[in-house]
Amino acid sequence: MSDVTISRRTVLAGSASLLASTALPTIGLAQTPRKGGRLVVAADSEPRNLNSAIVASNGVFFISSKIVETLAEASFDGKDGLEPRLATGWEGAADGLSVTFKLREGVKWHDGKPFTSDDVAFSALQIWKPLQNLGRTVFKDLETVDTPDELTAVFKFAKPTPFQLIRNALPALSSVVPKHIYETGKIEENPANNAPVGTGPFKFAEHKPGEYYRLEKNADYWGKDQPYLDEIIYQVLPDRTSAASALEAEEIQLAAFSAVPLADLDRISKVPGLKVITKGYEGLTYQLVVEINHRRKELADLKVRQAIAHAIDKDFVVKTVFLGYAATATGPVPKNDPQFYTADVPTYAFDVAKANALLDEAGYSKGDDGKRFSLKLLPAPYFNETKQFGDYLRQALAAIGIDAQLVNNDSAAHIKAVYTDHAFDLAVGPPVFRGDPAISTTILVQSGIPDGVPFSNQGGYKNDELDALIAKASETLDTAARTELYKEFQKKVAADLPLINVAEWSFISVIRDTVGNVANNPRWAVSNWADTWLEG
Amino acid sequence: MTRTLILLRRRLIGSIFVLLIVVIGTFLLLESAPGDAVDAYIASTGGDAGMIELLRHRWGLDQSALTRLANYLWALLHLDLGQSVTFSRPIREVILQRLPNTLLLMGSATAVSFGLGSALGIYAGARPGSFRDRFLSIGSLAVYAVPGFWLGLVLIIVFAVDLRWFPIGGIESLASGKTGLDRAMDIASHLVLPVSALGFIYLALYLRMMRAGMAEVWRQDFVLAARAKGLSRRRIVLAHVARNALLPLVTMLGLQSAQMLGGSVVIESVFSVPGLGRLAQEAVAARDTPLLLGIILTSAVLVVIINLLVDIAYTVLDPRVGASEASA
Repeated sequence: MSDVTISRRTVLAGSASLLASTALPTIGLAQTPRKGGRLVVAADSEPRNLNSAIVASNGVFFISSKIVETLAEASFDGKDGLEPRLATGWEGAADGLSVTFKLREGVKWHDGKPFTSDDVAFSALQIWKPLQNLGRTVFKDLETVDTPDELTAVFKFAKPTPFQLIRNALPALSSVVPKHIYETGKIEENPANNAPVGTGPFKFAEHKPGEYYRLEKNADYWGKDQPYLDEIIYQVLPDRTSAASALEAEEIQLAAFSAVPLADLDRISKVPGLKVITKGYEGLTYQLVVEINHRRKELADLKVRQAIAHAIDKDFVVKTVFLGYAATATGPVPKNDPQFYTADVPTYAFDVAKANALLDEAGYSKGDDGKRFSLKLLPAPYFNETKQFGDYLRQALAAIGIDAQLVNNDSAAHIKAVYTDHAFDLAVGPPVFRGDPAISTTILVQSGIPDGVPFSNQGGYKNDELDALIAKASETLDTAARTELYKEFQKKVAADLPLINVAEWSFISVIRDTVGNVANNPRWAVSNWADTWLEG
Repeated sequence: MTRTLILLRRRLIGSIFVLLIVVIGTFLLLESAPGDAVDAYIASTGGDAGMIELLRHRWGLDQSALTRLANYLWALLHLDLGQSVTFSRPIREVILQRLPNTLLLMGSATAVSFGLGSALGIYAGARPGSFRDRFLSIGSLAVYAVPGFWLGLVLIIVFAVDLRWFPIGGIESLASGKTGLDRAMDIASHLVLPVSALGFIYLALYLRMMRAGMAEVWRQDFVLAARAKGLSRRRIVLAHVARNALLPLVTMLGLQSAQMLGGSVVIESVFSVPGLGRLAQEAVAARDTPLLLGIILTSAVLVVIINLLVDIAYTVLDPRVGASEASA
């Protein structure tokens, strides 16, 4: 056998350097992208605020990332997994107190005004740090942003801040909005929040509530020959079955974010002209997690938590709940993360006998009815899969003598019950891994978080060792040392089980084969689609 | 004419109390649902404690429920429906944008179910017990037993996906730039499937009511008298039997209009029609209390108006109704 291996990544890297372009061909040789056309996309909801500088969430990015750009975007093969957007270069000082961004020249806002370092300074200090859902954590120590010239922005931090964290945060947290539009009046009430003005390849054209969003080509876009499409329309399709029908009827060309239910994928993949694509979401990994209320005395016992971990057949969950479109998890960092993941953690094989033995050891023997104790189990309602896993978990717990009562709520009620009232024993949650554990992962196990903060440790778990480790990692500047600390973090979490990571999944796109340059970066659905094109 | 006016006045006074009860009841119901607008919002965004506090303050949710209800009623007195937190826009504007779609959908569906239903009912009821009567009665019952969303999905798969005769959803083509007659035709073609789904289910109701009513009337003495007079069968069926069986249908029409608003929540979702039903569903999920109150008020006013029209129709169709007030 030949020992020459050609990985997809090296092929792509080669072709990228040949083309010297960001437009990577998805299949075989590069077809020449055609200009023009209207891309119609399914949207399942209408975010109430389209300002991605304030609300860094996928629902908002799905639409606004085409209009408002970030400093950098995620990339399969760029240095540190990044590709330049509004910034062309970035460099962190050795003391961790400053980061210098070189900005792109000749960029104009959609209203014709030039984009400068003032806009970056304004966005960072007035929006990301005080108002943004994620930026409030990552940029908490940002003190000033110096603008020595129009194309340089220097972020100054009060405390040393790891450059690695800032880099990893760029794709999701660094949407730049125009200072001249936001500097008057209250930022939260600015009309541009619902009709964004940005520098991106598409301009916001109109929103007909309940019907569609329409984006128009930005003829003055900085990217050479881009964008290819004339128009993008997001058609609001609230019913989960309608996206599949609309694709089949050729009324829409793309349903992203698993708008087509997993159960329909097998059938729809056989429809001529439609493709099912699992790529393009590598930077948006969701984790299926069992959240644990450590205030319950049974659950405060490590043996009981280990028993629950042993009772869950992760392979079965991946196969049955996710129909194979997921991976089993070993700890709080997903396997597909290129920087931090380690497999070297304690694992819990599916073993009902062992789980039962652990529970006996812990002193919770079976009663006459075969039950050891009862629990309240609250599956999060946001995804079909979290609800289905709730059903599975109930059965898995029954097999080890734990009687779980399912409590199904809608989103608002679930958030309140779990994160404010702590009225749960076990909950099923889908936290998101955002490329760096410090963005939204360590908060899941860290102590001292006020009541009411969603997607955080509200289970009353406190582990001083783990808290110290998280604190140390947050101020460790050296990338290698910092990465090592997060590997340690994964080991500790997997050993002490403040929560149980079951599986990791991403989304699926179903798309017409006439759409070109699809899924060519790890956050494709929420990237700017400047190079996406439609066959005539 | 005075008869109608008296009826109108009496109804209006009654309606104000009904509406007040509806508003307070809805407010308390939504208030007792766990989680508020901020909880619903952060479910999709996340956020820290400071941000959550800021939002509660900005949306006025840090005030007590009683204060908010009082504020709402006070504003309502000035015909102000308030501001939606979900849409960051005045609620009146949001509702007025959706109302025409729902009215169009509901109106067409009611017309189809009432018109076609009573016509078929007359056809079946003209010869009670005949084959066509049996066929229509059983057939309509079968359709009535079908859940609305399922019928909608089947219609989509057959007529929109396979045959591609009609669009799968929406109220009109997206950003098509059509105007005038073109646009009207476009909207009409979008309405065919949802109106069928909504209308066919209620059609059965009218058909069966008409048929049953006619079967009853056939046994009356005046029918015998009409026959003895030598009237044509056609005239007996239409002018004597059907007209007398029509009254309960008109009552049903008023009652059912309220139900149709509810039924359209499902149909509006399945067919992606941007109407009031879907808006109400979104308002509940987002715990947007003032928006939901606005929608319910609008629907309640709508139902009151329709029932008023039904009462007026009654006085026209049946001279006996309201005669006592007129003579008083």
